[in-house]
Amino acid sequence: MQAKIEARDICFYYGDHQALFNNFLSVEKNKITAVIGPSGCGKSTHLRIYNRIFELYRNQRVTGKLLLDGVDILGPDTDILELRRRIGMIFQKPTPFPMSVFDNVAYPLRLHFKLSRSEIADRVEDALKSASIWDEVKDKLSSSGLALSGGQQQRLCIARAIAAEPEVILMDEPTSAIDPVATLKIEELMVELRKRFTVMIVTHNMQQAARISDYTAFFHKGEIVEYNDTKTIFTNPKCKKTEDYITGRFG
Amino acid sequence: MNAVWAKKNLTDSVFRMLCVCCAGFTGLLMLAFFVQLYVESYGAWEKFGINFIISSEWDPSRDVYGALPGIVGTLSTTAIALVIALPLSFAAAMYLSDAAPLPGAVLSHAVDLLAAIPSVIYGMWGLFLVTPVMQDYVQPFFSETLGLSQVPGLRLIFGPDYNGFGIFTAGVILALMIMPYICAVMRDVFRMTPPMLRESAYGIGCTRWETARDVVLRYGIRGILGGVFIGLGRALGETMAVLFVIGNVMEMPETSYSGATTIASAIANNFSEATGMQRSALFALGFILLAMSFGIQVLAQYYLHATGAKRGESR
Repeated sequence: MQAKIEARDICFYYGDHQALFNNFLSVEKNKITAVIGPSGCGKSTHLRIYNRIFELYRNQRVTGKLLLDGVDILGPDTDILELRRRIGMIFQKPTPFPMSVFDNVAYPLRLHFKLSRSEIADRVEDALKSASIWDEVKDKLSSSGLALSGGQQQRLCIARAIAAEPEVILMDEPTSAIDPVATLKIEELMVELRKRFTVMIVTHNMQQAARISDYTAFFHKGEIVEYNDTKTIFTNPKCKKTEDYITGRFG
Repeated sequence: MNAVWAKKNLTDSVFRMLCVCCAGFTGLLMLAFFVQLYVESYGAWEKFGINFIISSEWDPSRDVYGALPGIVGTLSTTAIALVIALPLSFAAAMYLSDAAPLPGAVLSHAVDLLAAIPSVIYGMWGLFLVTPVMQDYVQPFFSETLGLSQVPGLRLIFGPDYNGFGIFTAGVILALMIMPYICAVMRDVFRMTPPMLRESAYGIGCTRWETARDVVLRYGIRGILGGVFIGLGRALGETMAVLFVIGNVMEMPETSYSGATTIASAIANNFSEATGMQRSALFALGFILLAMSFGIQVLAQYYLHATGAKRGESR
């Protein structure tokens, strides 16, 4: 079976400083792939290549190939706006736009699709339901997205990402700024999302990776030390470094 | 309570009193301006009443005065200035907030320096350079080459007669004067947008323009409007630069190419020789100008407050 995403020999540089070394990673469709590792090991850097968001900054460059459905997206022919529609991203902190709850979710719809008013309303409702936040916001769709709680804001951002009908959702430590109860809700949501999307999550929280992911990649100093199904990584790691990290001896 | 503590306490309350006095003084000053201007202009208000504001006649030989030409001139030059300066400042600020370090720093300083140029320099430059260019190239281009003087609605702006002086030229000079202010504020506001917020806009497939318009601008709208109102206030009250290029005619302008006057330049032009009722009328003009600036600020604050919830400010 063809991988949804395949990273081939990815190296990444911040100016002269090399941050990623020859990363190979094959991400399977409709699974949750967790990326773990100590701070500064390149987890986020790796994820930020997938939607080419790093290109906003000067002096950051990448070499290698990144295949999405077998097509290299790092080439100059890639339609970057379409790429970012296909690959959604959730950030460390909730980032609702300064507009109403409804408009937050309608925004990507208006951006990417030509829809009638009622179609937009339907799809906003669908997306909010998919992000399991509909019941909490259905009575305040016209109030500001910033007025919601942190956990709700993050689920609103997930709804916004879903509305663009992506194929892959990247999550860069999505629960690091959120309280434990809200975190649990988002974890349940991720497992639900797996049915429709391919999910990648960077996390500092090893229990989280163990609880929800199907595959886990362990990063250390810019290299992928070990990549396997989550159960194997957490119960029977092949590398000493992985074992040390997951048992809490460093990191 | 020991002596050191008591002394510190005393210093503290003295400092506090000083702060209260300074803050109170600014409020008092504002009030004093209004009172003084009203008292000095009382003669004009008593004689002409509300007619002073709506009459367009200004005839010192008959001792009849009306403020309408000045008000119209002030508002229309300011409007032209804002229409030109806003998009230019926005675009320049967008670039500066995101530019490469070297050109970014150089151009940023240039913007800050532009704001420090005295207005009389703008006036001289306007008189000797901008006015002839307007007369020879810009105004004929709009009126004749594009034929806009024949279009009914646009005739008010691009009239058939022109000589370089007038509202339009004054508006252009004012635009250049207020641009650095607006641009500097916008640049700082854009720089304060959280990177993650911008990234999430790009992350769902926004272009640079869409990110700027829908996310960065909305996020910083309060600060940006603050900058706009600094520029607006300056344009309303600018005297020297306008005086050079507006033509100084106390008449209702027919088009934006007509010679006209603004409240500020009318006062500067006539005040030294004015006596009696004319002096009082000029004070009344000053009162109107102050009330206009004040009213616009209040409206702006109210607008920001009223639309805050819609934009997502939880305050």
